[in-house]
Amino acid sequence: MNTGTKDHAGLADIFNEDEARVDWHDETLWFVRAKRDKAAHTLPEWEALRENASQIKDNVLSNLHDYLLQFEAKAQQNGITVHWAADAEEHNQIVHSILKAKGVTRIVKSKSMLTEECHLNEHLQKSGIEVIDTDLGERIVQLAEEPPSHIVLPCIHKKKEEIGELFHEHLGTPKGESDPQFLTAAARVHLREKFLTRKAAITGVNFAIAETGEFVVCTNEGNADMGAHLSEVHIACMGIEKIIPKRKHLSVFLRLLARSATGQPITTYSSHFNKPRAGQEMHLVLVDNGRTKQLGRADFRNSLKCIRCGACMNTCPVYRRSGGHSYHTAIAGPIGSILAPNLDMKEYADLPFASTLCGSCTNVCPVKINIHEQLYKWRQVIVKEGYADTKKAVAMKAMDFTLSSPFVYKTAGKAGRWVMKNIPFLVNNKLNAWYKQRDMPEPPKQSFSEWYKKNNNE
Amino acid sequence: MRVGLFIPCYIDQFYPNAAIATLKLLQKLGVKVSYPIHQTCCGQPMANSGFEHLTTGCNDLFIKNFAEFDYIVSPSGSCVLHVKEHLHSHEEEEKAVSVRKKVYELTEFLTDILKVEQLTARFPHKVGVHQSCHGQRGLKMSQMTELVAAPFSKPMQLLQMVQDLELVELSRPDECCGFGGTFCVAEEAISVKMGKDRVADHVSHGAQYITAADMSCLMHMEGILRRQNSQVKVLHIAEILNAEEV
Repeated sequence: MNTGTKDHAGLADIFNEDEARVDWHDETLWFVRAKRDKAAHTLPEWEALRENASQIKDNVLSNLHDYLLQFEAKAQQNGITVHWAADAEEHNQIVHSILKAKGVTRIVKSKSMLTEECHLNEHLQKSGIEVIDTDLGERIVQLAEEPPSHIVLPCIHKKKEEIGELFHEHLGTPKGESDPQFLTAAARVHLREKFLTRKAAITGVNFAIAETGEFVVCTNEGNADMGAHLSEVHIACMGIEKIIPKRKHLSVFLRLLARSATGQPITTYSSHFNKPRAGQEMHLVLVDNGRTKQLGRADFRNSLKCIRCGACMNTCPVYRRSGGHSYHTAIAGPIGSILAPNLDMKEYADLPFASTLCGSCTNVCPVKINIHEQLYKWRQVIVKEGYADTKKAVAMKAMDFTLSSPFVYKTAGKAGRWVMKNIPFLVNNKLNAWYKQRDMPEPPKQSFSEWYKKNNNE
Repeated sequence: MRVGLFIPCYIDQFYPNAAIATLKLLQKLGVKVSYPIHQTCCGQPMANSGFEHLTTGCNDLFIKNFAEFDYIVSPSGSCVLHVKEHLHSHEEEEKAVSVRKKVYELTEFLTDILKVEQLTARFPHKVGVHQSCHGQRGLKMSQMTELVAAPFSKPMQLLQMVQDLELVELSRPDECCGFGGTFCVAEEAISVKMGKDRVADHVSHGAQYITAADMSCLMHMEGILRRQNSQVKVLHIAEILNAEEV
């Protein structure tokens, strides 16, 4: 996504110009988080499930090589053509070459954050291939020519009136119509025609089972099934971390995924794809795109446990008030902020700082990723690699100098309080980001240490 | 038991009353407290900004000031968490480990070490409790709403011992206030919006005072309340637990 040179803070500033909208965005996502809480609390074994899932993923990450090869062999036995892609570019080329070989120029695609991460749509469109996103939210942002702002709720930033406008413009619905049921029905008619006429379908993958060589796709709309079942070619794209060892492990993740994502007990459709039906081609692209690099970073490998439920975004007070686009990466929010710097540390140097480190993300995470600790660790890495703001670096050095010496600290503290009291405009001005919308603390006559010296002669 | 009082830099400079209340409260409970006069800061502002490598001076000073005590007590969950998780020493790591193990936030020291069961304080007002994130989720001073587990809150347990104090219920009991250290200026718009929302939750439920075990969150919320000309005040929890009569 092109955001010019703006970083998270700059983009969040723009989003916050409309406070009523921020409130609406915050409340909508808080509603989802509250639903998640309710759903989690119906399972007394919730924390045990999280621990179980986390341990299964630990096993997967420690034996990824073996599980991937086992999966590949089984999938091939099932008649699935398996491809390996080192990066986004190779992934896009593989998908393109499959379509090209079949002479397909129009396709349907169900939701896949991996293809967003790889910018597959842009790549295919540049090559003259029309891509229709079939998840309703994805279709809406596609019509608006925007990237998704949330990994589970891609158009959560749009109000129904805005969707009504888009549908009026692109699907010919009556102007001013914003009834969700009406708009959904219009989208259904629009998408049905696409499903029936497209020869190739791309889906994502939620879980790939090493034991059986099958993969599982979870949707609430059944759009992945509609696309895959009606097409002659089914291409499934997955990050290599989506593997789980055995079928029996699936239940742990299916119970956690939907509850964490939306508060549902389970997704409406959890479809198992095991082999192509007679006459159909089934391809599966296994994508690395930085994942093995992250696996090699001891402090950050845990981030590969992510099952993309979006719970960390819904609970994140910063995400709720800054919107997904402010993260300028395919996967927004807390989890995106620890994944993105692995892909491009310079481009995403701002993201680990777009957090108060409140830690809610870590505790809501169904696979126990220590997200806020990784945000803290990324900050250290980013500064050491030289991507910190120069002004900040100078300020920090000054702080180190002041705070390392009790004498300098006390003198500076006293001077600071004197300035605040006697020359307040030196502090209370628009150059002070604190003062813009907040008053400064009232400087007291004496510091605690000054008081202590006078009152407590030990 | 020898207790070292650790007063974070900004409390020392801007909120001496919170520190005085902490000291007096501990003394009232029979604790022998000393305040090492040469202390400055725990180094958290630098560490959380990614400059952990510049905290050596602060770390060494902290160890020098506090290594000899049996316990180190501070009226700031956030600073305590930083010391607990990130204090290291190139030369004396053993001492650093020992410091990390014996540092306590004030209310957890009262409930877990002193096992305080009654207080003589009186505070006849409606009070909203801000559960500061680092204390709550980091030090586990209270249960977080994300977890499926029994609720508890060490600060509230103590506030319930205060005569005539009425706790107000909040719509979002443990939402972050948006202070976040340098976040409050680096991400000014979001920080302020979070603070406004946090304050509004307290105000709409009738709180006359907002309290917390972390003065930094309160400083941020106070800045917003004062800009709004609100009558609602912030008060560190030590000041309420030590309140004689208001």
